Amino acid sequence: MALSAAEVLAGLAEIVTDETGIATDVIALDKSFTDDLDIDSISMMTIVVNAEDKFNVKIPDEEVKNLLTVGDAVNYITKAQG
Amino acid sequence: MFKKVVVTGIGATTPLGGDSKSTWENLLAGKSGISTLTQEWVTKHELPVTFAGQAKTPATEVLTLQEAKRLDPSSQFALIAAREAWADAGSPEVNPERLAVDYATGIGGVWTLLDAYDVLKERGPRRVLPMTVPMLMPNGPAAAIGMDISARAGVRTAVSACASGTEAIANAFNRIRNGEVDVVVAGGSEAAIHPLPIAAFAAMQALSKRNDAPEKASRPYDIDRDGFVMGEGGGALVLENEEHALARGAKIYAEVVGAAVTSDAYHITAPDPEGSAAARAMIGAIEQSGSSIYDVVHINAHATSTPVGDIAEYNALKRVFGDHLSKIAVSATKSSTGHLLGGAGAIEAIFTVLALHERTAPPTINLDNPDPAIELDVVTSPRELEGSNILAITNSFGFGGHNAVVAFRSTN
Repeated sequence: MALSAAEVLAGLAEIVTDETGIATDVIALDKSFTDDLDIDSISMMTIVVNAEDKFNVKIPDEEVKNLLTVGDAVNYITKAQG
Repeated sequence: MFKKVVVTGIGATTPLGGDSKSTWENLLAGKSGISTLTQEWVTKHELPVTFAGQAKTPATEVLTLQEAKRLDPSSQFALIAAREAWADAGSPEVNPERLAVDYATGIGGVWTLLDAYDVLKERGPRRVLPMTVPMLMPNGPAAAIGMDISARAGVRTAVSACASGTEAIANAFNRIRNGEVDVVVAGGSEAAIHPLPIAAFAAMQALSKRNDAPEKASRPYDIDRDGFVMGEGGGALVLENEEHALARGAKIYAEVVGAAVTSDAYHITAPDPEGSAAARAMIGAIEQSGSSIYDVVHINAHATSTPVGDIAEYNALKRVFGDHLSKIAVSATKSSTGHLLGGAGAIEAIFTVLALHERTAPPTINLDNPDPAIELDVVTSPRELEGSNILAITNSFGFGGHNAVVAFRSTN
């Protein structure tokens, strides 16, 4: 059973908080991973791998660079659950 | 014109305590930091050695979760020790381009490397964390400290097995002495209480197997010593150009007056039984101090509690000090802390500095039956060190034939 976008956001926010310590309520759809949340490429790859595990999806490396905002990632994961 | 170098800050996290103060107090109280390991991997692998000197305060209790996740335990200990030392020095305002780090490790991020290999085997390459490389590299602890204090005059890592920590302090001393930098955070750490290093050190018959009495296992100079005991943790000292320290009114623990590094070129693990290169390291450090062997009142010996190592160091000491050796208070503090490998030289430098500053040589525990072949005045209960401008040295020797010695002089 696929999760809703809101559920994906909540799950992704947990992963980001766990990796970075950023408060979960700051992690909103319009936030940029690099500009707003100051997440570097190493943390981003850790978040991606943890998200793959949590949501049982594949996020190819070449796709990661297109995930500029939290919303981009939530959309990608929501669709990829298929 | 050489600069004078002083110690203005100390920090440590060891099997005896989570900071330098509690470590020193427990050392003076004759406590042991060695205990039985209760981790499941000890029985799972049927390790022949089931005890070690674990850090008294787990690093994860001190650092934030996010800091700890990005640092190998060796870097966690380094950062904790360095932060204490830096705060102890008064968190000085230093031009970052005159501020450096010389921080050692014997092995590096062994937990990270071996955990990552387990992940690779069990879950595939995609699950190997991207932080694996910066966490396993041996310069990781030095780099973590360098970023924490914004040191931009070079961050270096001496890697010379159990001599690493002392060699790092020697390197730091020379940089300040030569006028290249004003302040260096120096020391070393180790976090190798992992089944593989234990199995490997045990395979070479280097570890004590006194599993039924771990607190009694580290017994330098005792006739019944049967090997060293692994310990973990880190130590850090703030070394500073004396003029720089005086200008800011810093507290000064002691002066660093000499350092020397030599090599045996004898055997990859066994010490040269003649101890000639080890002796040259001691002589080099004392000569650089401008003092003589007769000014040395205290030695923090390497003394790991191995049958051959303690004798080899004794032979070297006899070469250097001759008859004066009987007048020197020798402390073998690994009896309490275990052997912190790359961190050993750092915490023992701190003990040496505190011995001068507090005029108290720390005790050697477990010396129940002194080896008659080793005629040293071993300190077995805290002993007052008298006099002014007194000298003390700390010795460290490592697999590979590394010898490193640093000499300190009292300033109070």
